[in-house]
Amino acid sequence: MMLRKLFSRGGKKEAKVMPDPRINDDQVKPEGGADAGLLTDAERSQGSEANTEEVTPQGLFARLKQGLTKTRTGFIDRIGQILAGRGIDEDLFDELEEILIQADVGVATTLELIGRIRQRVETERITDSNAIQGLLKAEIKDLLSRDHQPLALPDHTPAAIMVVGVNGVGKTTTIGKLAYRIKQNHAKVVLGAADTFRAAAVDQLRVWANRVGADLIAHQEGADPSAVAFDSVAAAKARSADVLIIDTAGRLHTKTNLMAELGKVYRVTTRELGRDLDEVLLVVDATTGQNALSQAKLFSESVPLTGIVLTKLDGTAKGGIILALANELRLPVKLIGVGEQMRDLQDFDPISFTEALFN
Amino acid sequence: MPFANLSSRLQETFRKLRARGKLTDKDVDTALREVRLALLEADVNYLVVKDFIAKVKERAVGHQVLASLSPGQQVIKIVNEELTSLMGGTQSKISLASKPPTIIMMVGLQGSGKTTTSGKLALHFKGKGHRPLLAAADIYRPAAVKQLIVVGEQVNVPVFSMGETNPVDIAKAAVAHAKTHGNDIVIIDTAGRLHIDTELMHELEEIKRSVNPHEILLIVDSMTGQEAVSVAVSFDQQLGIDGVILTKLDGDARGGAALSVKAVTGKPIKFAAMSEKMDGLEVFHPDRMASRILGMGDVLSLIEKAEATFDEQKAKELTEKMRRDAFTLEDFREQLAQIKKMGPLDQLLGMIPGMGKLGQMRDLAVDDSHLKRIEAIISSMTVEERRNPDIIGGSRKRRIAAGSGTRVQEVNRLLKQFNQTRQMMKQFSEMERRGRKGKGGFNLFR
Ligand SMILES: Nc1nc2c(ncn2[C@@H]2O[C@H](COP(=O)(O)OP(=O)(O)OP(=O)(O)O)[C@@H](O)[C@H]2O)c(=O)[nH]1
Ligand SMILES: Nc1nc2c(ncn2[C@@H]2O[C@H](COP(=O)(O)OP(=O)(O)OP(=O)(O)O)[C@@H](O)[C@H]2O)c(=O)[nH]1
Ligand SMILES: [Mg+2]
Ligand SMILES: [Mg+2]
Repeated sequence: MMLRKLFSRGGKKEAKVMPDPRINDDQVKPEGGADAGLLTDAERSQGSEANTEEVTPQGLFARLKQGLTKTRTGFIDRIGQILAGRGIDEDLFDELEEILIQADVGVATTLELIGRIRQRVETERITDSNAIQGLLKAEIKDLLSRDHQPLALPDHTPAAIMVVGVNGVGKTTTIGKLAYRIKQNHAKVVLGAADTFRAAAVDQLRVWANRVGADLIAHQEGADPSAVAFDSVAAAKARSADVLIIDTAGRLHTKTNLMAELGKVYRVTTRELGRDLDEVLLVVDATTGQNALSQAKLFSESVPLTGIVLTKLDGTAKGGIILALANELRLPVKLIGVGEQMRDLQDFDPISFTEALFN
Repeated sequence: MPFANLSSRLQETFRKLRARGKLTDKDVDTALREVRLALLEADVNYLVVKDFIAKVKERAVGHQVLASLSPGQQVIKIVNEELTSLMGGTQSKISLASKPPTIIMMVGLQGSGKTTTSGKLALHFKGKGHRPLLAAADIYRPAAVKQLIVVGEQVNVPVFSMGETNPVDIAKAAVAHAKTHGNDIVIIDTAGRLHIDTELMHELEEIKRSVNPHEILLIVDSMTGQEAVSVAVSFDQQLGIDGVILTKLDGDARGGAALSVKAVTGKPIKFAAMSEKMDGLEVFHPDRMASRILGMGDVLSLIEKAEATFDEQKAKELTEKMRRDAFTLEDFREQLAQIKKMGPLDQLLGMIPGMGKLGQMRDLAVDDSHLKRIEAIISSMTVEERRNPDIIGGSRKRRIAAGSGTRVQEVNRLLKQFNQTRQMMKQFSEMERRGRKGKGGFNLFR
């Protein structure tokens, strides 16, 4: 019950978006190699309104807002620009299409979204181009809300979480942040260092464990990751831990042997637990393009994914891949990463996410 | 998988074009719309795509294509040529300083592969007789220094580290260290950072100013989406990069980011990284990458490679046998030996058209050790068995397996593969016969 509270951070949704003065990445012009001015219509307006900031105890929201502001300015301001004072014509749809594509939403999902709006424009006899924004907003909100589920941990202990994903997306860092969040509520956390492959992966997790005050279960580099998982479960039980989080090595989803290894780690963990894992989270880097779909598909063939953690949203990547993942795979995004520090982890909230996009 | 869609859709489009025989303006538009979608699915930046499509259209519409006997091939040729030229035309190397040490700085977003690639690069130079030094200038990521030290141990290259002091000081001290210790190359591993992080970007500028690197390499994850463009432009504008290394190409990402980055910065892609281990650093081939992005397999370089390596006389004999349907296990072994000369098998498979469509490369698990076992099995057969595999029954299989140190299942699998190959060859030679009568040439898009 205590844990359940941990993961619901209500009451902060109305936080306002803070402008980020650093957004100027697209204002640079390419040189050589290609047509000059290639990027001109990618120029975005800077974060404009100087909204007051509602500071939360940990300043978590400030960081989220920084991340979202970029998404918002890149996305919605441009829609606003496009929509300002014109009728609904083909060019308008083409441009909306381009904006979604540029946000990494992907061809299929973009065409679907635009298609739905086209249809509504027709059936509802919409002639005002300004209404389009509302329609798009509603569609995106619906899509993201459809399967939304916050990260909720059970009453039984230890709650067990496994974190998987391709190389370098932010698994280990996410685990550090999550452990920090759980520790804030004085729960006992055990981290299992089942990445025995990558150079100094164990040391990296150890730094995080020390930083947040979690126990670390680790073997030698090169050891069998399943054995680490096994020992981690045993330790979590023996030490009456509230939460166990298992880190796994980054692996490309196309490598059958590595995916089989992951399946084994999962099976050994559940067997030793005597039940299913509570969460199997796929970490996806927001900078990733369409390959994220392939990642999610193939990872879910090896382990039963319960949700997605979208990291690096503090960059300029729009995070549009969320829409494609929700649309095509119906995998809910549960957490978002908005920085490299331990506080930079947030629950994914479709409403405020969409609102922030459209504010 | 987006992969399969892309490849099959393109092939479908070109099949349609071919079926029509002649190209109208509208045909070109239809085809290019498919190409556009394919490129977008491959994560090529949409503005780069726009530009690219315009160029291709200019070339494709009109008599050039209309005059061709094989419009589908003509269009793919143009698409491929334009793509290759956009990717950089030729491959480039890392330029070494006339007065050593050559200083190389590795920069990029978080998790793109800088540290791992630093190790690979060190190994690459070591193999060429250099004495590289790795410098640990990432003081932020937990255990980053330790990671580089482990990587250094793996490739047996010294690592210069100073704990978590100022990265600029570390870089300077590393260069000084190299000079006094006879290291002719210094590879500086820097922390991952966002291109919009002014403070950390400034730190890189400081490092640059103080050690004057000969090469600043931007490390780009091949799975990157549309933002690859702003990342690359940002790093280039603030630092002046000299080249790009594309990582994680061992997965199924189409790698459209490669095209985007090249198009907007004009800087060459110097290496392709395709492994978590220290071996997977390869020279970048624009033509192969172009075909990968298009998803049709590297048709051209397969043909080229085959031409360069295949013993012409043997090839002729094989063709003759194919025609007479007298292909034996001995020929099969001969063929395998020829293929082996062409390079690592998994790479070759990636070049074969239609592999993208199958989307099953990951299941094939064919590697060079597998080839050696096949050779061992065939060597354990009698001449009679090789010429006439149909006589191989259970007891012969057991003998062959024992003789070659393999298992009966493997012998079975080989025989099955052989039969499939024989079957395929029959089809090929029939296609060829038909082709002769018709337009001639081997149609890749049938
Ligand atoms: N800007 C930013 N960087 C992040 C975020 N999450 C992780 N990182 C950084 O991304 C890099 C890779 O993170 P890791 O946690 O090591 O990623 P991983 O998935 O465990 O990597 P492997 O175990 O090597 O596959 C590190 O430099 C992290 O600091 C985020 O939300 N924002
Ligand atoms: N499959 C594959 N994995 C790679 C490749 N290059 C790097 N990796 C993996 O990607 C992850 C990140 O690599 P690092 O070298 O730590 O990346 P980095 O850029 O130094 O990361 P930061 O220092 O945190 O910014 C690790 O798990 C590497 O093993 C590659 O070519 N193929
Ligand atoms: Mg990790
Ligand atoms: Mg690093």
